[in-house]
Amino acid sequence: MTATTADHHDDHHDHHPSGIGRWLFSTNHKDIGTMYLWFSFCMFIIGGLMALIVRAELFMPGLQLVTPHFFNQMTTNHALIMIFGAAMPVFVGLANWQIPMMIGAPDMALPRLNNWSFWLLPPAFTLLIGSLFSPGGAPAGGWTMYPPLSIQTGMGMDMAILAMHMMGISSIMGSINIIATILNMRAPGMHLMKMPMFVWTWLITAFLLVTSIPVLAGAITMLLTDRHFGTQFFDAAGGGDPVMFQHIFWFFGHPEVYILILPAFGVISQVIPTFSRKPLFGYSSMVFAVAAIAFLSFIVWAHHMYTVGMPLAGELFFMYSTMLISIPTGVKIFNWVATMWRGSMTFETPMLYAIGTVFLFSIGGFSGLMLAITPSDFQYHDTYFVVAHFHYVIFGGTITGAFCAVYYWLPKWTGHMYDEKLGKIHFWLTVIGMNITFFPQHFLGLAGMPRRIPDYSLQFTEFNMMSTGGALLLGLSQILFLYIVMKAIKGGEKATDQVWDGAEGLEWTLPSPPPAHTFTTPPLVK
Amino acid sequence: MKLVRSFNASRISGVILAYTALLFGALIASPAYAEYGLNFKTPVTEIAHIEYDLHMLILYICIAIFVVVFGVMFYSIYAHRKSKGSVAAKFSHSTNAEIIWTVIPIIILVTMAIPSTEALIRMEDTTNSDMTVKITGYQWKWHYDYMDHDVEMFSSISTPRAQIENKQEKGENYLLEVNNHVVLPINKKIRLLITANDVIHAWWVPELGAKKDAIPGFINEIWTKIDKPGRYRGQCAELCGKDHGYMPIVVDAVTEEEFEAWVQKQKQG
Repeated sequence: MTATTADHHDDHHDHHPSGIGRWLFSTNHKDIGTMYLWFSFCMFIIGGLMALIVRAELFMPGLQLVTPHFFNQMTTNHALIMIFGAAMPVFVGLANWQIPMMIGAPDMALPRLNNWSFWLLPPAFTLLIGSLFSPGGAPAGGWTMYPPLSIQTGMGMDMAILAMHMMGISSIMGSINIIATILNMRAPGMHLMKMPMFVWTWLITAFLLVTSIPVLAGAITMLLTDRHFGTQFFDAAGGGDPVMFQHIFWFFGHPEVYILILPAFGVISQVIPTFSRKPLFGYSSMVFAVAAIAFLSFIVWAHHMYTVGMPLAGELFFMYSTMLISIPTGVKIFNWVATMWRGSMTFETPMLYAIGTVFLFSIGGFSGLMLAITPSDFQYHDTYFVVAHFHYVIFGGTITGAFCAVYYWLPKWTGHMYDEKLGKIHFWLTVIGMNITFFPQHFLGLAGMPRRIPDYSLQFTEFNMMSTGGALLLGLSQILFLYIVMKAIKGGEKATDQVWDGAEGLEWTLPSPPPAHTFTTPPLVK
Repeated sequence: MKLVRSFNASRISGVILAYTALLFGALIASPAYAEYGLNFKTPVTEIAHIEYDLHMLILYICIAIFVVVFGVMFYSIYAHRKSKGSVAAKFSHSTNAEIIWTVIPIIILVTMAIPSTEALIRMEDTTNSDMTVKITGYQWKWHYDYMDHDVEMFSSISTPRAQIENKQEKGENYLLEVNNHVVLPINKKIRLLITANDVIHAWWVPELGAKKDAIPGFINEIWTKIDKPGRYRGQCAELCGKDHGYMPIVVDAVTEEEFEAWVQKQKQG
């Protein structure tokens, strides 16, 4: 019935330019979602290649492949591209595709803004990657851009600042759009406390974005004026304060890590009930836990800076507040386990990825708790232990969460089942590669290997070799992912509308693939 | 539907459990494995001991929680499978369970917070020191000023360029050797004042448990009291430009007499 309504709608005002115009001028949430997803995959590959350059150089002690300056450009840009280019856009793409279909809306609330949000990204990243070819090279002071080091960098830093402003505007507009869509366009009967968890986590994430991104914009603008317009915000010689930059940066930076992880939490809160064939355990406590995490994320920032020389009271405050985050996070993990408990589970690729996300994220969560403890953090700080920690959280949580979402919804988007056997192989290769890459880094950090060094003393050789081997496996496995997705787009077993027998939600009432315009007449939610 | 093809879940749990047991097992036995680079280096100061003990305490608590939570999860994955004929229960809420798993973590966190707070207060107390050394970070070397002894020196990496460029075989202390060692007396409370001249650096010697950012325009302070004579090596821990990986630290902890003799020699020469 919905399909016929949509066809009828198309007859009246067909805004479907074909060819490149379909994509350039698109205001359709599904097309824009697709563009976001492909864009983030491209960035994932580029950022991944940079990581492989880093890992290749670290395979053995001594300088083999690149200069230390280029090495620093690679670590810096790997981080910026993965965070702003891969991890954030992939979930905006998922939001675009799924939120209207999950709340029974015909499209996003602000379709033209949606087009602009996306089309800001390609020029932004062209500028960022282009900085590699500028005199002096790309930014090399780490993605955190701490002054005074970032003041020393060449014009590549200015290009990166401009690029980040564009990414920031894109994120803010995207978030406003998501908030407006969720608050205004829910189908009749879809009360806030009836919304799917993925929609809830995105609503809260969008608020985190609109509050934290402007703070980053402020920080990098001050950096820009310090560089070129004679201000001395961060220059101690002129009465400024280099530590103030770190406070401002992490006031953005800590909410940012929850921006990356909360939508992934939302995804697995959809997937685990589907394959356990049992409703999500503790729905309202899940919502409150996400809200609590979001609130706490604004008052823990200085745990990234325990070694800057804060007063004792400050260190204690940030230690306690950081430890508190583990309570709502724990509630979420317990609720997922309780959802599985006494379910009737099957283990298709999305479920494997959901379990993998819970498991790997938890390892990162535990090392996060260890890092929260100020006295022992004095040893962990700025070592490979931290590198291992945040890769367990961002790769183990965010990226595996994104894979989980793609496998879960791909049959709906394309109308074809992906190859289940290959999907499972991709899962195991990714998880094994990821663990071989990042688990040894815990040991490297504990044994004393600092972060961001192109060369290391001989004691660290074996674990670095292992890590590089794992990274190669992890990187190559993603070619398989591309193949699986292409294969499902081209054809394969027809997907039913329901796709997964345990799935619940409005998107499963639509045909697979859904027509360009869906829910032009709002469905009624009981 | 054909999709519902269940995977052999016991194999999943088996593989994952074996894998983590292997890796965590190595960590659990870590005091013995410290020499193999799996855990902190053997601490030689009170602060490093505090850090080490706290680190192990939190690690054990985390491993215990990990085993319990994922024990339950993998049991459920094993037992509550459709292929074993498990029928889904209908429950989706339990206030009691939710209270329990909110309160227990709070109790665990409090037990973590108490020793951490005590440790931090102890570590931040730089009063009553016997001597002071001012450390200044430069791109890419360290400057040491023995403020009570009128001795100062620069200390920079002494690993030959040829070793870094793989033209010569790498020595035992590759990248961790310097021209001028920092000589410090044992059993003295030494206050370290840390700052920088250009960009932010961080002075870190793992065995001393000392890490503090060196920030231009700021003077940070930490203290150390070394128990055991020996040679302790560290590195800059804050990205400070292209040669960040090449500004090591070498501390020679010596007896008080040896220290005095060293001071005299420095003054003469």
